[in-house]
Formats: sequence, C-alpha cells, structure tokens
Amino acid sequence: MHREAKLGLILLLTPFLLWLSLLIVIPHIDLLLVSLRERVGVGQYEISLGNYFTFFTEPLYMVTFLRTAVMSIFATILTLLIGFPVAYYIAKMAKGRAQSALFLLCLVPFWVSELVRTFGWMILLRETGIISNLLQSVGLASGPVEMLYNDAAIMVGLVYTSMLFMVVPLITTLESLSDEVVEAGYDLGGNGFSVLREIIIPHAMPGIVSGSIVVFMLCLGNYLTPTMLGGKESLWFTELIYSQFIVRFNWELGAAFGFLLLILSSVIVWGMLRLTGQSLEKTMG
Amino acid sequence: MTPDLQCTNLTKKFGETTAVDNVSFSVPAGSFFSILGPSGCGKTTIMRMIAGFLEPSSGDIQIKGNSVLNVPPNKRHVNMVFQHLALFPMMNIADNIGYGLRRAGMHKKDIGFKVDEALERIGLPGIGHRRVDELSGGQKQRVAIARCMVLEPDVLLLDEPLGALDLKLREHMKVELKTLQAAFDTTFVYITHDQSEALVMSDNIAVMNAGRFEQVGSAQDLYYRPDTAFVAGFVGDSNRWSGKVVKQDGNNTLVQTTSGLTLRGATQGRSLSQGDTVDAFVRPEAIRIAHNAEDLASFDNQISGTVTSILFNGAASRVMVRDTEGHEEVAVNLPQSGEFANLTKGAPVHIGWASDQANCFSAGAS
Repeated sequence: MHREAKLGLILLLTPFLLWLSLLIVIPHIDLLLVSLRERVGVGQYEISLGNYFTFFTEPLYMVTFLRTAVMSIFATILTLLIGFPVAYYIAKMAKGRAQSALFLLCLVPFWVSELVRTFGWMILLRETGIISNLLQSVGLASGPVEMLYNDAAIMVGLVYTSMLFMVVPLITTLESLSDEVVEAGYDLGGNGFSVLREIIIPHAMPGIVSGSIVVFMLCLGNYLTPTMLGGKESLWFTELIYSQFIVRFNWELGAAFGFLLLILSSVIVWGMLRLTGQSLEKTMG
Repeated sequence: MTPDLQCTNLTKKFGETTAVDNVSFSVPAGSFFSILGPSGCGKTTIMRMIAGFLEPSSGDIQIKGNSVLNVPPNKRHVNMVFQHLALFPMMNIADNIGYGLRRAGMHKKDIGFKVDEALERIGLPGIGHRRVDELSGGQKQRVAIARCMVLEPDVLLLDEPLGALDLKLREHMKVELKTLQAAFDTTFVYITHDQSEALVMSDNIAVMNAGRFEQVGSAQDLYYRPDTAFVAGFVGDSNRWSGKVVKQDGNNTLVQTTSGLTLRGATQGRSLSQGDTVDAFVRPEAIRIAHNAEDLASFDNQISGTVTSILFNGAASRVMVRDTEGHEEVAVNLPQSGEFANLTKGAPVHIGWASDQANCFSAGAS
C-alpha cells in the first residue's frame, strides 16, 4: 500500500518535474552560462563579466532598461486604477445576468490573438486611421494626426492587453467581501472614502497584489505591443534582447540582457510585496 | 417623554409588491422592542429603513423626535448589529470597536480608553489585539454589540444576530443580550423569526405578517390574549380547529368543528354570529388531563377519549388524545407531578378546559 502510494506520487510529479526542469531550470542555467562567456576568437570563449559591463557602459541599454521598468510600473498602476472600479461594479453592484454579461464583455477581446487586437489599435490610431479621419471631418484637426509610435500609444496598448488579468483577481476577492461588512462600515459612521480605504481596499489587497504582479510581468516581458505601437521612437527592453539574439547574433549579450530583466522583475515584485506587507503565499494561495 | 423611535404609517413598495404596509409603532426610551414574524414578512425591510439603507415609499421615521428621512446611514444615531455580525476581518478587535470612534474624529488616546472600557463591559478585557477569526461565536456577538455601543446610539438595531449560533449558546445569549441591554441602558429593536427569543427578551413585541403588524403587546398579551388568528397560531403551540358557530351568546360561543366535535369557546370581545366559520385555538397546556371525569367538574368543556400517542420530551412532554367518537386528536401537556408517568398508549383518559381558554376567531380574517 505504502509503495503504491509512493509510485502514484512519483507518476503524478513526473510531468511537473519534467516541465519544470526541461523548460525552466535547464534553459535558465544555460542562459546564465552563455551570458557569462565572451567570444575571444572564432569558436573560442572564455568566462567573463564583459557582457554585463557592456550593459552598464552603454547608455542606450541602461536608459531603455529603466524606461521599460518605469513604464511597466506606470502601466500597472493605470490598469489597477481603471480595473478596480470596473471589477467593483461587476462584483458588487451588477446583479444576475448583467453581472455575467459584463464579465463576458471583459473576456471577449481575448478571444482573438494579441496580434489582431494590436492591429485593431493601429487601425484606430494611425495617420489615416479612424480617429484621425474623424477629427478632420469634424474640423478639429486641419491635417492627418499621427497617434501611433509614441509612449502614450504603448501605454494604451499595454493597459488594454493587461486589463483582464487585473480584473479577474479583483472580482474574485471583491466578491468574497460581504455586503453586510460594507454596510456596517457606513452604519458606524464611515463615508464612501473611508469605507473604501479602511474596508474595501484592505479586503481586496491580495487581489490587487496578485493582479499587479501578473500585469507588471506581462508588461515588462511584452514584445508585440511595444514593437507595433511604439515603433522606432519608443524602445522596449525586449526589443533589445530580440535584436541581440536574432539580428546581431550576439547570444552572449542577449542572454545577459535576459538575465538582467529576470533580476529586475524579481526585485520589483519583491519590493512591491514588502511595500504592501503581503507575502507570495497569501496572494497566490 | 418623546419615544426613542417612532414610525408613522411606514410603507415600502418594491415595484408592485408591498413589503411593508402602513406600519406605525413607537419604542419608548430604554426598552427592548422585538419584531417577530415569519421570513419574508417585511421585518428586515423595516430594519433597513430605520438604519437608512432603504428609503420608505411613504411615512415617517423619527428618532428622538426628529425625522431622519433625509439623513444618510452614517449620520443617523442608529447602529445595527448585522445578521452575520459583519465584524471587519481586516482589523483586530480593538480597531473594530474603535472604528466608529475614529470616524467620529475622536482623539486616539480617548479611543483606546473607550475601547478598553467597552471590552470590560462585555466581559472580555484584554482581547483587543486578537484577530476576529480567533474569537468564538459568542465572543464575536459581544464584540459586535460593543462596536455599536461605544458610539452611544439612540437606538440599537439587531437583525437576527443569534441565528448563526448553536442552540446551547443561543439560549445563553438570550439572557446575556437582555443583561447587556440593561447595562448599556439603550433602546434595542430586535427582529427575529424565533418566538422564544422575542418572548424571553422583549418588553414589547410586534407580531408581523405579510407587511402588517398583527398585534403589538407584551409577551403575556400575545401569548394569552392574541388579537388575531395569526398571532394565536404563530406564538406558542396550539390545537387548531376549524368549524362553524352553532350558538352565540355574548362572550361565549358554541362551535362545531368540521369533524363534528362540539366545543365551547370565547370570542374575547370579537364579534361573531351564528353560522360564521371560525378557527378555534386551545393551547395544550390549558387542557387538564384526568383519570376520572369528576376531577374536571369545573370545566365547561369535557371530553373522554383514549391516548393515541405519547410524545415524551422531558418537561414539555405531551400526549395525543382522541375522543371516543373519534372526531379529533387533541394535544395535551402532561402535568409534571408524576401522576401520569405510567400512562400508556390506548389508556382511557378525560380531558377538559375552560371555555375562555378556547380562543375563537372569524375564519378568513387571518
């Protein structure tokens, strides 16, 4: 009996361990090893931190790196600010059919691929696009208006892409908040703001944190949206990694960049958890 | 003296349905008032209107003589103990109790002092730093009351707060709530569907049915002198028979039940006339049981019959007696003196009751 249970456990764990080791641990170890070598001649490599030095000495890399981090944080905050009222409305104010209909509406855009969705934004925002034509026909603009290829366009795309991943955990936590508790908050003298600050937000904290972590990681590692909506004017760090690997064939530097991005996201997520007094088990469990 | 709470012609309609229909009552300061009714009778709607979570369709609510119709819930001097207590799980006990005081802008040191005092009063000193989920059901109950009482409300509303507790604790909390009410000397308005909660704790009880108050009175009034058939049936247990008035003479009435049993009852001032269909109610404890017919000489209703079943339940034991003609089965409480301890199924017995214990109501009125 005991042996059988053990066998069952091994069989159950095997796919998970294979997935973990083959797709996550081994590639990352290799990535680390590649990032720590430098080509000194044709087919000759030696261990060095040169790739990391290159990153810190070249301002373009550094600036893009920080820009990506700051814009991702900003996109996360923006998604939270837009997503919270939406989630609160769906979870607490909409009832019955309206509730499921609204939730479905949040889900609908995700039935098509991110690529198609981003093209949708390009159709709206480009020089010959719908908004530009509309502004001209109303007379608010004298010539074609270009709204693509800037930071604002990236921001719009990132928030749009991430919204669902913020709204779903928020709805889940807000639904578990009983109406009675909110009413008690008012009954004992609280106003809208203090009930939000002392009762609703503390209750929703696990959802806020887990939603923010997911959205932040999605933004930081996004490639498609910044490339298509940001163009050449606004570089994203993932574009640099892509160009090192694919365009420049400099796998060593690309691997170093990849590792730096991993460290960056880990540090920021850890900082966020510390700042909000949450732990990973609490928010993910 | 102005009552703490006065409702005048209070009505609430949800679309076509009328949840509360023209209800008026007043609650004197410092008293314990209960609204008792089956679920769906509109009692929660009244409560929510007093607390300010619902607007009445018409009518007025006055607290200490001032209308509160346009006052939002957070500005009313009324607090509510919710059905599931609604303690804030994100705060510890002290912060829960201090929440209202913080909202009122009280100084931090005074809040700490007040919270300690409140914890002392509910008999749970020193638990301020604990988390809500570390407390037992009864402790949570007391904290929920303390959280309201620190604000010194004019009226405390309680929405079936004992519903979630187990039977033993519920019995205990009944007594405790009454004690707390006396200790805080505040007006309590309590709603419940459990008649024993209402009977034990209240100074005054309103029995509510289908959006209307059937009767307002003391526990004894409702129990011994019900105004309507609904109250007679809802409060306490009763033998209930439907029948027709055969003879009507002042307060006394002779009723023949649909199954043919004839009994003498009282109208207690209600107008009935010969031929009316009526409902007669007799409480099992108002019926005397005896081995000999002579023992029942003083009663004007006397029936001989046999025991059909014995429902033993300690002090509340009961027997079912079927009369010799086999018309009806009558529930009778057993006296606790032990003389009927070895009563068996099928034994012949005599039962009797005074006619003024048989309340007759015109049928269709309920």
